[in-house]
Amino acid sequence: MNHLLSIIIFLPLVGILAILATRSNETVRATTARWVALGVTLVDAALTIYMWSRFDGSSSAFQFVEQAEWFGAGTGITYHMGVDGISMLFVVLTGLLMPFTILASWESVKTRVPEYMIAFLALETLMMGVFTALDLFLFYIFFEGGLIPMFLIIGIWGGKRRVYASFKFFLYTLLGSLFMLLAMLWIYFTAGTTDIPTIINTVHFPVQAQYFLWFAFFASFAVKMPMWPVHTWLPDAHVEAPTAGSVILAAILLKMGGYGFLRFSLPMFATASEALAPFVFTLSVVAIIYTSFVALAQEDVKKLIAYSSVAHMGFVTMGIFTLTQQGVEGGVFQMLSHGVVSGALFLCVGVIYDRMHTRDIAAYGGLVNRMPFYAVVFMVFALANIGLPGTSGFIGEFLTMVGVFHVQTWVAIFAATGVILSAAYMLYLYWRVIFGELVKPSLQAIKDLSLREAAILVPLVIATLVMGVYPKFIFDITGPSVAHLIKQHHTAVAYDRGTLPSSVRVAQSGTERAP
Amino acid sequence: MNIAHDLIVLAPELILAIGSMAALMIGAWQGDGATRLVSFLMAALMVIAGAAVCVGVPDTAFNGAFVVDAFSGFTKVLILGSAALCILMAENFFEKEKMVRFEMPILIGLATLGMLAMVSASSFLALYLGLELQSLALYVLAAFQRDNTRSTEAGLKYFVLGALSSGMMLYGISLIYGFTGTTTFTGVAEVIGQSGVGIGLIFGLVFLIAGLVFKISAVPFHMWAPDVYEGSPTPVTAFFTTAAKVAAFALTIRAVMIPFAHAVGQYQQIIVVVSVLSMWLGSVAAIGQENIKRLMAYSSIGHMGYALLGLAAGTQEGVRGMLIYIAFYAVTNIGAFVCIQAMRRDGEAVENISDLAGLARTRPGYAFAFSALMWSLAGLPPVAGIVAKIYVFLAAMHAGLIIPAVLGVLASCVGAYYYLRIAKVIYFDEPAKPLDAGLGGRGMGTILALSTAFTVLLLVVPWVLVGPAQAAAQALLP
Repeated sequence: MNHLLSIIIFLPLVGILAILATRSNETVRATTARWVALGVTLVDAALTIYMWSRFDGSSSAFQFVEQAEWFGAGTGITYHMGVDGISMLFVVLTGLLMPFTILASWESVKTRVPEYMIAFLALETLMMGVFTALDLFLFYIFFEGGLIPMFLIIGIWGGKRRVYASFKFFLYTLLGSLFMLLAMLWIYFTAGTTDIPTIINTVHFPVQAQYFLWFAFFASFAVKMPMWPVHTWLPDAHVEAPTAGSVILAAILLKMGGYGFLRFSLPMFATASEALAPFVFTLSVVAIIYTSFVALAQEDVKKLIAYSSVAHMGFVTMGIFTLTQQGVEGGVFQMLSHGVVSGALFLCVGVIYDRMHTRDIAAYGGLVNRMPFYAVVFMVFALANIGLPGTSGFIGEFLTMVGVFHVQTWVAIFAATGVILSAAYMLYLYWRVIFGELVKPSLQAIKDLSLREAAILVPLVIATLVMGVYPKFIFDITGPSVAHLIKQHHTAVAYDRGTLPSSVRVAQSGTERAP
Repeated sequence: MNIAHDLIVLAPELILAIGSMAALMIGAWQGDGATRLVSFLMAALMVIAGAAVCVGVPDTAFNGAFVVDAFSGFTKVLILGSAALCILMAENFFEKEKMVRFEMPILIGLATLGMLAMVSASSFLALYLGLELQSLALYVLAAFQRDNTRSTEAGLKYFVLGALSSGMMLYGISLIYGFTGTTTFTGVAEVIGQSGVGIGLIFGLVFLIAGLVFKISAVPFHMWAPDVYEGSPTPVTAFFTTAAKVAAFALTIRAVMIPFAHAVGQYQQIIVVVSVLSMWLGSVAAIGQENIKRLMAYSSIGHMGYALLGLAAGTQEGVRGMLIYIAFYAVTNIGAFVCIQAMRRDGEAVENISDLAGLARTRPGYAFAFSALMWSLAGLPPVAGIVAKIYVFLAAMHAGLIIPAVLGVLASCVGAYYYLRIAKVIYFDEPAKPLDAGLGGRGMGTILALSTAFTVLLLVVPWVLVGPAQAAAQALLP
């Protein structure tokens, strides 16, 4: 299957056409749309698993590579797709989470269902494209294209302040990305190509230019991550988005920033990345500590989890910019783990929101009495979010801190306080929502998880625990690619310092091969 | 150089000129009842002329005053295509307004003839002839709904200010002629190449650019555009923003870049300022608009700013960027104006953005097309606009205009807000009283579908636009 990646990426578009082709009354169209979306995302999930099974984890090369003419011969802009050990798992994560988000919206979304499903399917295509694009422009198109469906999802199916939140989300992200676009244009006319592997392996940017380019890309990725102090769109977007929108936002969209740092900043602007690492550490530590305190003060469940996401992304950026094997692998793992855990937490919030239609923490209390099963599930994810050993959250935080301890001991000490703070706000949240006497009359009739909800949450519980106990199956995939990335980075830095002859760099190209 | 050869080179223009006269005769004898026939006849003429353009080979006529090359071919096809669609739109519009006049398609045809002459002009005199033929027809078109005060006001404003700008341009041309002793573009370039640019020539250049900037409605000569675009009948506004913009732009490219090829530094400063101001004014002033046609006028000012960045670059890459930009802009705008023209409630045309509220619930297809076109104008991937933006910004950055490019992307972020606002009204708001069903006929639906398909699918096959634009740019600046 030479076109496996393209099939995976563009399959959801077929689903969109199928939904559009349905002509009937509204109820029938809604039901059809639900089933088509579920079917398409399930097939896509199966295809991503198949891709995983065919993936050669021992190689750091791009696999399932596809390349075709796009802007015309001689332009240097091609349709180039491929995955390596870093990006492959994000495609899998996207593929596996999509059916859950469709299921989570099964009953809670009642209006304009076909449009809703179309927006999600379009979003799936665009998100997967981000992780597989091996051409700068292709990457940009996917990266930015995701804004429109998300804008519509927040704006149409969101809460009370949905218009404000959707505009804020959109304009914030757009502004950051436009600087990245300019940097990409600069790269294009300097290098004569937009092919990412070619640029990484053969093109060298002057050190001074690297700083400008680094900041231009940083503007985009930092907003997307989001890093303090450009994180303020995230709580608004999360709070107003429908449950499934929050899940996608937290689980996938936030990972694009981290992925961008790994794919572009580290290998292409190596010296700048190294020199600016302390700057990133500072922002990361501020994010970890400050947003944890902010989370502690929240009265809104979703907002609390949103701020905790910002704090956890702080660990990711910190890990990535340690530029060590442990740190970067920890960052990647933390992103995958956070994808599962925060997605699951938003799904948990969705469960009670669907019943009570409020996100106020004060409106709940004592749920354990009526919803014991829910309490267990919620606890697993809360503990994973804290980073308890045995859950996936622990591995990522631990590794990033090991990495940073080698590089900047002080940073590790500050980051460790973040772990304590996360325990504080998560347990405080859990205590207020789940424990205590069930005194509120409105909660007397609340029901435990339905079969559909259990079917969504139980696999995620399993995933969290498996990743926490046996992380090797992830590291087997990411390890060689991360090692290769760090080698690329160090070679590039050596080149900038003049300690490496240029012939060595050129000789290193040829990292691509067909599967 | 005999006259027969010259006339063959001029074939598309002759087809259109003679055809328009014939159509005028038909109209004069048959009266307004023949409007439909005349409209289709004129649209068919555009297609035939377009075919003649396509088979034309690079050549010059009338001692080099008239050029046919890939650049004129590219722009002429765009002009003829948009003009033909505008005739169909006008036929549809005036039938609804119960104001059927056979002069309408013929005036559009004559304006188009002027535009064809403009893009092929290679001497300042030929340029002026084409420009005035175009402008005279456009003044009348703007005031075509003569019982409507807004329309007559638009016509009068356009006429007075247009005459002023023509005067300025003529003054500039006379200075250029006075200081170089020639009116052909290549002749002027030669003189400048030998003896440089003196203060007199710079005065000439400034007046020339002022006149041209007026025609493409860029800041600081933009103030007529909102009033004229709002007041003119909708299909005429569509014609202004598509064919007329393409022609004025192509004219600007040729009349500035060829004669002043050795004085890039001189015009670059002016164009950079005009370009940046246009982007910002277009973006900021559009935010407060309630009338969709007025909003499109400010949007047009902004877009001219982006396209002018390519001219500021002064390179072949810049020309390619501009051509891609105006092609995208013309195709998108035709679709957008079909959407605007279809905004009717109880038989009356409505023009406020709030009239679109909740359109997505009542008319999902129409709503999607409208929003996709707006996203494309905002330059958001994955729709067409981003390709155009990429190419002009690329040219500007490559020419070292980093700061204007940065200011440009900031402006486009501000501009994204008002395009998004339309999408917001369409998708998020509670439905207003529904608009009349249908887009006004199968023809309008087809035009909108084509325009939307171009918008949505351009990124799948970008070379269909990039390739010809590249060839055209190469023909102009080898």
